[in-house]
Amino acid sequence: MSLLAVEGLTKHFTARGGVVRAVDGLDFTVRAGQTLGLVGESGCGKTTTGRMLVRLLEPTGGRIVFEDRDITHLGRRAMRPLRQDLQIIFQDPYATLNPRHTVGRIVAMPLTVNGTRPPGGVKKRVQELLELVGLNPEHYNRYPHEFSGGQRQRVGIARALALRPKLIVADEPVSALDVSIQAQVINLLRQLQRDLGLAFVFIAHDLAVVRHFCQRVAVMYLGRIVEIGERDEIYERPRHPYTRALLSAIPDVAKLGQSEGRIRLTGDVPTPMNPPSGCRFRTRCWKAQDICATEEPPLTAGVACHFPEPEGAP
Amino acid sequence: MRPVGDGPYLQVRDLRVRFDTEDGVVRAVDGVSFSVERGKTLGIVGESGSGKSVTSLAVLGLHDPKRAQVTGEILVGGRDIVGLAEEEVRRLRGRDMAMIFQDPLSALHPYYTVGRQIAEAYRVHHSGATRREARQRTVEMLGRVGIPQPERRADQYPHEFSGGMRQRAMIAMALINDPDLLIADEPTTALDVTVQAQILDLLGDLQDEFDSAIILITHDLGVVSQVADEVLVMYGGRVAEHGSAQRVLRQPQHPYTWGLLSSVPSLHGDADADLVPIRGNPPSLINLPPGCAFHPRCPHATDRSRVDVPELLPADEPSHLVACHLPEPDRLRLYQEAR
Ligand SMILES: Nc1ncnc2c1ncn2[C@@H]1O[C@H](COP(=O)(O)OP(=O)(O)OP(=O)(O)O)[C@@H](O)[C@H]1O
Ligand SMILES: Nc1ncnc2c1ncn2[C@@H]1O[C@H](COP(=O)(O)OP(=O)(O)O)[C@@H](O)[C@H]1O
Ligand code: SF4
Ligand code: SF4
Ligand SMILES: [Mg+2]
Ligand SMILES: [Mg+2]
Repeated sequence: MSLLAVEGLTKHFTARGGVVRAVDGLDFTVRAGQTLGLVGESGCGKTTTGRMLVRLLEPTGGRIVFEDRDITHLGRRAMRPLRQDLQIIFQDPYATLNPRHTVGRIVAMPLTVNGTRPPGGVKKRVQELLELVGLNPEHYNRYPHEFSGGQRQRVGIARALALRPKLIVADEPVSALDVSIQAQVINLLRQLQRDLGLAFVFIAHDLAVVRHFCQRVAVMYLGRIVEIGERDEIYERPRHPYTRALLSAIPDVAKLGQSEGRIRLTGDVPTPMNPPSGCRFRTRCWKAQDICATEEPPLTAGVACHFPEPEGAP
Repeated sequence: MRPVGDGPYLQVRDLRVRFDTEDGVVRAVDGVSFSVERGKTLGIVGESGSGKSVTSLAVLGLHDPKRAQVTGEILVGGRDIVGLAEEEVRRLRGRDMAMIFQDPLSALHPYYTVGRQIAEAYRVHHSGATRREARQRTVEMLGRVGIPQPERRADQYPHEFSGGMRQRAMIAMALINDPDLLIADEPTTALDVTVQAQILDLLGDLQDEFDSAIILITHDLGVVSQVADEVLVMYGGRVAEHGSAQRVLRQPQHPYTWGLLSSVPSLHGDADADLVPIRGNPPSLINLPPGCAFHPRCPHATDRSRVDVPELLPADEPSHLVACHLPEPDRLRLYQEAR
């Protein structure tokens, strides 16, 4: 059974000059204790999706079902008991930690707001949490500016863990970190998942990072999912042209500049105010045919393309 | 005419940059030497705060002399620009050397059309050129960097460009005077990976065409591996390792380089295994650890590492330089074991 199920999830923003179709009909599920990676280029709708999942944004359409309960339009009060189960970690730890609050107070905030009284007291619980994420419990009285970027992200993770959630939406939690620190935080998230049985929706634009943390992966393009599947299927046998191009564009240290088999897309991602007709990827797709301009390919068997690579092709 | 100098176009010797701040003296660059030949790309890598950008600003003569103390030699086409009058450096900048930054919006003025700004950059160094000639050259250059409909695009403002197009426009502006040296500081960090791939290809093509020397600064080892001939690894304002891309990325001999490489998540290999990060955090440049600056994070540190600063010495080949006290056979063995 899935912990979270999303059907036709949509978010349109009205902006100057028209409607931004930021997220335009997503279907996916997240199983308990597993991680779904949400990847795609800037502006494809990852953050918007993540914020709808934790009810920070009101969907324009579609359904969000958490543990068999429709939470799509739950109000603040009705959400409160669910707040415990659903948490979010942001990309920029600095922007989301109040600089005037001590780390202890920041991590305790969800407990305070929720009126939770952990056995042994709030301070003890907070110190346990700090230890869990690899911070020194004595850091309790320090302020965010006294910490490095990686440590601040650990504070954000501790805060998200405070209410023992079942699902954490992590929006680019390591993108702003240096590579050595990024690896520390990825390992921490992996360990937390193993030890606490947490489920994650892990948002990232770096496919290599996603590969090291996710069991399943959804690739987004202009507000739609173009391919979704088990990690190894996506990385070893990608079927959608966009997934293949995305993987191929990653400069890999192991390749040392060799370029055979490289796919290069031309042009930029079109604006979600005016997505191309039919298949949204067609303006950059080297396989596009007439039908691609007229009919939007549905997501069937994990891929939304009229001419996908055959299943099991390398 | 290009100045006919001996040896590499850019030679940097024992560069030091220090800032006096309220908190203390920041030794942002502490004895760095390297050179770059025409047609070659030097990649400078290291974590944030390791002194990469301060190095590049020094080469461009962009440090404010009231705030930064720059010493050493920076020979551009045989001419030392350290201590040269600001006016003379400005003449070199934009003509002989040019730069591309991470954020193109910081280099493009929002109130002027892209075309006007690029044409202006041309006219500054070609006082004889007419408006028309400058415009023609601009459109040509915009086309050359892959901007569709360059005639029309030249009359648009920066905000009407996508991120990738702005970066192309900045490259066009940097290359309009056919510079001999191009410094690109994190030129693709803000871009999507498919656009990054286009820009890296473009830089490579343009280098073939213009035969310029390029310094590419990045924290991304993948990017460096794709374009660099030589790689310089910086740590705490100093050079940890320096050599051909082949040596540094394939047969690295410095424990910091090993740590960087093992931290990078890969598209191949075991996805279920934990990554191997470097422990701890990068140091503060105000209070650099004594001896080898990397010692608090290095699993192989010895007593000597805590006291003596290791010299940058040749390793398996004369041009492969490593600053580590471990004897070379030990380094080779440790790296093999770790893999
Ligand atoms: N409040 C808003 N009003 C109007 N448009 C918006 C709003 N929020 C997001 N958008 C637009 O919706 C689209 C999706 O944005 P979103 O932030 O979800 O992208 P993303 O995939 O997270 O990108 P990134 O990788 O850059 O973080 C973009 O075109 C964005 O400009
Ligand atoms: N104008 C300045 N005044 C004081 N310190 C500075 C200044 N510019 C850079 N620094 C410091 O120099 C060090 C190296 O910075 P930089 O070269 O920008 O690093 P990076 O390798 O990330 O490009 C950092 O510790 C930074 O804080
Ligand atoms: S549907 Fe057509 S345009 Fe879209 S990805 Fe498939 S082949 Fe390309
Ligand atoms: S000198 Fe010592 S601390 Fe520095 S890298 Fe070598 S072994 Fe490590
Ligand atoms: Mg986002
Ligand atoms: Mg920098």
